[in-house]
Amino acid sequence: MSPQMSYADAMDKFDPVFGIEVHVELNTKTKMFCGCANEFGAEPNTQVCPVCLGLPGAMPVTNQKAVESAIRLGLALGCQIRESSRFARKNYFYPDLAKDYQISQYDEPTCYEGSLDVVLDDGTVVTIGIERAHMEEDAGKNTHKGGTGGIQGADYSLVDYNRGGVPLVEIVTKPIEGMGDRTAEVARAYVATIRDIVKGLGISDGRMEQGSVRADVNLSLRAKAADGEDQSAVPFGKRSETKNVNSLRAIERAIHHEAGRQAELLLAGKPVVQETRHWQEGDGTTTPGRSKEEAEDYRYFPEPDLLPVEPSREWIEELRAALPEHPSKMRARLQQEWGFSDLEMRDAINADALVLITDTVAAGAAPQAARKWWMGELARVANERDIALEALPVTPADIAELQSLVDSGALNDKLARQALEGTLAGEGSPAAVVKARGLEVVSDDSALEAAVDAALAAQPDVLAKIQDGKVQAAGAIVGAVMQATKGQADAGRVREIILKRAGVQ
Amino acid sequence: MSSLEKSDVARLAALARIDMTDADQDRMAGQLSAIVDAVAKVSEVAGDDIPATSHPLPLVNVHREDVVRPSLTQADALAAAPAAEEGRFRVPQILGEEA
Amino acid sequence: MTDWTRKGALEMADAMAAGEVTSVELTQACLDRIAAVEANVHAFLLVDAEGALATAAAVDADRAAGKDLPRLAGVPIAIKDVLVTKGMETTAGSKILSGWIPPYDATVTAKIREARMPILGKTNMDEFAMGSSTEHSGYGPTHNPWDLDRIPGGSGGGSAAALAAWEAPLAIGSDTGGSIRQPASVTGTVGVKPTYGGVSRYGAIALASSLDQLGPCARSVEDAAALHQVMGGHDPMDATSLDEPLPDFVAAAQEGRANGLKGLKVAVIKELGGEGYQAGVKQRFEESLDLLRGLGAEITEVSCPSFEYALAAYYLILPSEASSNLAKFDSVRFGLRVDEGGTTIERVMAATRAEGFGDEVKRRIMLGTYALSAGYYDAYYGSAQKVRTLIQRDFAAAFEQADVLVSPTTPTTPFKLGEQLDDPLAMYLNDVATIPANLAGIPGMSLPSGLAPEDNLPVGFQILAPAREDARLYRVGAALEAALTAQWGGSLMAQAPELEVAR
Ligand SMILES: [Mg+2]
Ligand SMILES: [Zn+2]
Repeated sequence: MSPQMSYADAMDKFDPVFGIEVHVELNTKTKMFCGCANEFGAEPNTQVCPVCLGLPGAMPVTNQKAVESAIRLGLALGCQIRESSRFARKNYFYPDLAKDYQISQYDEPTCYEGSLDVVLDDGTVVTIGIERAHMEEDAGKNTHKGGTGGIQGADYSLVDYNRGGVPLVEIVTKPIEGMGDRTAEVARAYVATIRDIVKGLGISDGRMEQGSVRADVNLSLRAKAADGEDQSAVPFGKRSETKNVNSLRAIERAIHHEAGRQAELLLAGKPVVQETRHWQEGDGTTTPGRSKEEAEDYRYFPEPDLLPVEPSREWIEELRAALPEHPSKMRARLQQEWGFSDLEMRDAINADALVLITDTVAAGAAPQAARKWWMGELARVANERDIALEALPVTPADIAELQSLVDSGALNDKLARQALEGTLAGEGSPAAVVKARGLEVVSDDSALEAAVDAALAAQPDVLAKIQDGKVQAAGAIVGAVMQATKGQADAGRVREIILKRAGVQ
Repeated sequence: MSSLEKSDVARLAALARIDMTDADQDRMAGQLSAIVDAVAKVSEVAGDDIPATSHPLPLVNVHREDVVRPSLTQADALAAAPAAEEGRFRVPQILGEEA
Repeated sequence: MTDWTRKGALEMADAMAAGEVTSVELTQACLDRIAAVEANVHAFLLVDAEGALATAAAVDADRAAGKDLPRLAGVPIAIKDVLVTKGMETTAGSKILSGWIPPYDATVTAKIREARMPILGKTNMDEFAMGSSTEHSGYGPTHNPWDLDRIPGGSGGGSAAALAAWEAPLAIGSDTGGSIRQPASVTGTVGVKPTYGGVSRYGAIALASSLDQLGPCARSVEDAAALHQVMGGHDPMDATSLDEPLPDFVAAAQEGRANGLKGLKVAVIKELGGEGYQAGVKQRFEESLDLLRGLGAEITEVSCPSFEYALAAYYLILPSEASSNLAKFDSVRFGLRVDEGGTTIERVMAATRAEGFGDEVKRRIMLGTYALSAGYYDAYYGSAQKVRTLIQRDFAAAFEQADVLVSPTTPTTPFKLGEQLDDPLAMYLNDVATIPANLAGIPGMSLPSGLAPEDNLPVGFQILAPAREDARLYRVGAALEAALTAQWGGSLMAQAPELEVAR
């Protein structure tokens, strides 16, 4: 049920404390502990082997690339890298967990004690404390049959273990306090920053809609300190943990909902239950997880089939030196280099166009020209097709080539759009399209002069006006010449020739 | 160390997912208590200064290259399943009616 | 006519190479013997006559065609049912896995196939290797060929009995706390637990991952060495596998037999003897020490004070790891499912595990669940792992003073079936001398040292070496074996009573 109380009211009366656990699926070629392909969307149970199916006798072996990715992520989050870390078994029975234990890390995570600067929309920087970033394996996927298709009321379930054993890094924040009514915004910006970092590192595709980045949000409310009292002296409230909040917008919504729900309970004198809750995307609410008569007891112990991870200091420093810039620093630098306005920059960020623009500039285009293509014509087409910009069948190199054709005068704007249309239709690079479609601007002056003379002869009254000093009348002749050359003339050049032939210049 | 009560046995049986009758629990409580009493002495001998040994031989950093190996076919994966449907393992409902 | 079943594995290999016998003849002889004595011994859970004969025939054909063959090609072997065999039912002695046909081979199974050895079948064992008598098998006990009313040891009683009943010349075992060495001891055969990581565990159904190790079972030290050579070596599928070249174990055995043990320092472990050890066991042990002296070895005594805690640590570490390793038997992907309908997967899992697991397995899962649970971890599992450190230190100190350490393998000769079934603590004591090696990861061997005068049943002599020094076991074991057989005028097995044979 939706709470009656608004987020703003709840934040007015209570002090929120929150924490986020983000699970990042790494984009390694193979799974965490076996050689099965780590790919999304295959036929069920075709990317499984004795190891990830938990068959008797099978044993895990750690993926070197996953370890490297986890360490790079830890470094990007400012974490310490433990000299000796190890895997542990987290024991619990669940049908999607093939071995009925998850190989994770417990008391000795590889990365710990970090901090991350998150930039809010208005430029405010918030530093989020990172408790740990540890490696673990994903579980399989349950499909529920009967009832409404959800787990509740299902008649039975079907399990696909393709995702079982996919490498994850779980990033856990320290409790975040004192954000007040900016809590939801900070939470969203934090997860967005994590997503940008993992994409920047190239260790995950960062696609929240496919579950590559998933967040669990913990939230509790505590009473506001009375005047003159220290807020930190007020005890924490009981927290809820909302699982699988899988879009940036949902993170904000889930916090809005939970804050309202908890505030309402507290104001009515009812207790908030410490529990796991499920996010309901449809109506933006949370529902309680299964009731537990007893607390979970995961019986963690060191994974005896795997050995400690002890990365050398030299290797860590090598990885550290090769880290990409923090996304907020990179943005500030790019904005300055490109000379974009704040608005232009924010639009480009929101459209996920920074990498595309960067690559287009690297391929030789001017920043504003690159921006213009990606945020203009291409954004329009992507929107029409309802796909991401980067999913369009055009590369930054294509765009740079297109722009160079414009810059050299070989194409005018109209022809350039036609060339792009050809590229998007799969006809090849812009240069190839120009060639195949014969789109080149007519740059042969004698041909243009002939066309201009013909047009002037056909419209002597216009010629008279021009010669009379009404230079703007030349537009009619430009139009006629453009028509005669099927748009393949450079309008500026045509105008020059008209004026010359009319004897004005 | 105290011995195990029947209620401890019931809790452990639930954690270990093993149904146990009342009589089983009684018997198990007796047997486990005797064993636990016999093994509890491990906590007498090793102090804080003694490190734990998880692996008999001190190897570290054994990893594999990120190279794809062939998986099982779906038919082989499902061949031993007590129940399967749509290429997946079929299991009874995960949540009970009361949940 | 030669009774080929009475020959050793290397003798068989040599005879095949010399054209005196074919693999089909050898394999058939073993299959005939199995058919004749299994009703009384019950060493096998499954016999694959067809598969074994097919392998044998292919080896014979290749040999006839003059192709190069591995040393043991054509020598039949029995495999403990703990090892996964593709296309061949694998149960680990448990009802919960009844009918399971694995879709893959264990690394050691694959090595046996590469070595072209006909696989006679899968041998009986205590369920999931939990036990010292094979009485905890879900499929009925195995009987000791020396006295059918007695236990063949465990968990690998089936493999040991198959050797002692002349059903197979070689067998594979697994040793978590003595499951190769103790059955070898009570059946008058040879069994070796290699250094932890020396043989791949991939495809061996895990009991306690940090203790388990596969190893060879044979009727002579040199045969065991030859099988170890086939089984051992690095496996990238097992992260705990040692990435080191395999020494030549057969050469080590030959060296010991030929040259004696001059200058070898042998230390008797004080704590593994004395009280609780049967008189005849002690007597035969002392006689073997005399023989070692005669071979040029120096005998001293060492004390390993932490061994007092080894059994307790073992019975915390093993159940803890086992409780986790056996969680996967949940009725979802393979094995038994008990489903009366209309209930949840959680209830079905609990009903399945109640039905499919035997008492000893349940006991240890419960014990392990307890030892790992919140509030108890430090006192139990945590402390047990510290004891492990102390035991390693004791071994390290002892090996400063001696090249090998020795003890009786078991405190007693085999007891009667049923005698200790309801007394888990008494049963656990059978492994008191074998467990320390598993806790420390070092290699150990048991070889027969004679019959106890009071009951005419086999006594085992245990040799322990530092980690990675498995070859030392073969050198010392072969030398002692040669001295013993010289004294007996033949192998101890020759003194075994003839079994009643079915017609
Ligand atoms: Mg986790
Ligand atoms: Zn796999």
